[in-house]
Amino acid sequence: MSSSEIETILDAAASFKKSKAPKDLAGRFLAFLFSEPSTRTRTSFEVAARNLSAEVLGFSTASSSLLKGESLLDTIKNLEAMGVEYFVVRNEVSGVLEPLAGQTSASLINAGDGAHEHPTQALLDIFTLREKKGAIKGLKVVIVGDIAHSRVARSNIHGLTKLGAKVTVCGPRALVPSGIEKLGASVSHDLDNALQGADAVNVLRLQLERQEQNLVTSLPDYYQSFGLTPERLAKVPDCVVLHPGPMNRGVEISSEVADGPQSAILEQVANGVLVRMAVLSLIQQWRTHGR
Amino acid sequence: MGARLIIKGGLVVDPSQKLESARDLFIEDGRISKKFSPEGAEVFDAKGCWVVPGLVDMHVHLREPGREGEETIATGTAAAAAGGVTCVLAMPNTEPPVDNTALLGFLQAKARTEATVGVVFAAAATLGQKGEQLTEIRRLKDLGAGAISDDGRPIMDSELMRRALEHCRDAGLLLIDHAEDLNLSSGFAMNEGAASAAKGLRGAPWPAETVHVLRDIALCELTGAPVHIAHISCSQSVEAIRQAKRQGLPISAEAAPHHFTLIDADIPGYDANYKMNPPLRAKSDREAILEGLSDGTIDAIATDHAPHGLGKKALGLALAPCGVIGLETSLALSLQLVAKKIISRKRLVELMSCAPARLLGLKSKGSLKPGSDADVTLIDANAGWTVPTKFISKSSNSPFVGMKLKGRAKATIVAGRVVHAL
Repeated sequence: MSSSEIETILDAAASFKKSKAPKDLAGRFLAFLFSEPSTRTRTSFEVAARNLSAEVLGFSTASSSLLKGESLLDTIKNLEAMGVEYFVVRNEVSGVLEPLAGQTSASLINAGDGAHEHPTQALLDIFTLREKKGAIKGLKVVIVGDIAHSRVARSNIHGLTKLGAKVTVCGPRALVPSGIEKLGASVSHDLDNALQGADAVNVLRLQLERQEQNLVTSLPDYYQSFGLTPERLAKVPDCVVLHPGPMNRGVEISSEVADGPQSAILEQVANGVLVRMAVLSLIQQWRTHGR
Repeated sequence: MGARLIIKGGLVVDPSQKLESARDLFIEDGRISKKFSPEGAEVFDAKGCWVVPGLVDMHVHLREPGREGEETIATGTAAAAAGGVTCVLAMPNTEPPVDNTALLGFLQAKARTEATVGVVFAAAATLGQKGEQLTEIRRLKDLGAGAISDDGRPIMDSELMRRALEHCRDAGLLLIDHAEDLNLSSGFAMNEGAASAAKGLRGAPWPAETVHVLRDIALCELTGAPVHIAHISCSQSVEAIRQAKRQGLPISAEAAPHHFTLIDADIPGYDANYKMNPPLRAKSDREAILEGLSDGTIDAIATDHAPHGLGKKALGLALAPCGVIGLETSLALSLQLVAKKIISRKRLVELMSCAPARLLGLKSKGSLKPGSDADVTLIDANAGWTVPTKFISKSSNSPFVGMKLKGRAKATIVAGRVVHAL
């Protein structure tokens, strides 16, 4: 996605904030294909689609079989044959959409694939930041947490760097893959250092199973080094706090910070609907008029 | 007097005789012969070609029994013939695995009637390749097993590896190890590095291979048994083997064309035709393999020809099984190294014929000395071609489709019979 495409989506989202939603998707079918549990992304997309008057169908696809990639394509082709034009796909496998894209004329919307990308989450993060800070260019943004397994981190790096922000990823070495700096982010393993001069910090959810894998030693140990505490945040009073949710309060973020004045977490959730409306509406325009 | 064939006018390249000169090659009754009178003999024109001992590929998966939809003895050996390969070592990780004399005997009988080129079967090191109980190594050897290997799976238990090596030494069989620490490589889709970080995929770090290479070197020293490292992929493994050879240990290694041609950064998107085990590594690893091929650290070029059906590879990089085919592209990719002056013509023949034949104890192969099997490959080093989408192999899972290459097998002769000619 180019920077101008990102701006187009953000501007469209901003326009939905002011005006009444158009009936862009009236009479059109949108299906959810989610193989991972999701409350907010799924609901956010559904509200967005309904705001645009789409007909919404929900499915959960079978997970954890070797052939899931194949059956996903079969499912899409069958539903497409019934007239479904939009698929919102969430899958635990990185890159699962890529081989599917060339094999269907329906529009596939990535709602998170493995540790690869979660584009609409990054778009709503960036939208929220733009609202708060006026512009993205020149901002210093810290992404802290489980970078290795985070599609939110990758999509944010791509989007933010394209718009001219400086991105630092921060986390314990076991959760920051070597080579991630090639995507254009700098790497830190010291949150206090990384936060200096930060305009925003995006706190990633720590999956509790990382402890079983010895990727973190204990949750309190993690919180001590990488948790966003009131003390840490006090040193950067202008720093906006983001979190893609769902939060583990007391693990990666303190409740006080999550609910505090610097937090934009609920604004993110509200903006998510606008950004997803913008994505769906623009895809509809591109499908009918070309890009 | 039997069938006589004269291969006329080629450049004979045979490192086993330190030979590189224009001369005719004489074949009689399936063996290389001394010069005889051309009267009544068939003549094969080899003008402009290199005439070399038939290529031996010591790492091939023929998928029979169990996965005949992807390859068979017949189709795999036909692909070998097209690639200039006159003899293959078939790996035992079939379904079921070749872990007993009954199945080995059955496959040998099948190969006698169905194979286009020579097939030597490797037998599993452990029953069911489960890494628990050793197979009957001595009896497998007596029936004609060409090597012992649990290829596809490493022998994780070092004590078991030690005992396998001791029995292999007793039997006089080479043990071929697939060096991989399964804990370090757990769940990998590709090499660990910037490319895996960008794709959000689990990577296998280089120590997943090198830890086992170093273990194998230690056990090689302890037992005195020859150890052969399959499909070596990392610079650190190459260096470990270089040091072990300096100590005089009987260790050897092979490299696959994909590892000396491509790196992880070359993988387009999530294309599973670039997925194999070990995975494509970093640029520095590729360079180390080229150096190892050139300086003798790496003994052989072997394809790890691993056919998979279209459906499986369509699953993408994360989910698809590992493996790429290689029999039909191996010679051409290796010839690029000669064209780039990384290895000499003689070294190419050493790597693709003499050394693998020697490592497998195939005394009548890998040489054009009179009396040797008349397995001969005619190479046209200047023939330009594009790797097609459809192969003679039953499968087409190759990362080289569409690549423009120079050089290929003009003809392949097995036991005096022309089995492939352009």
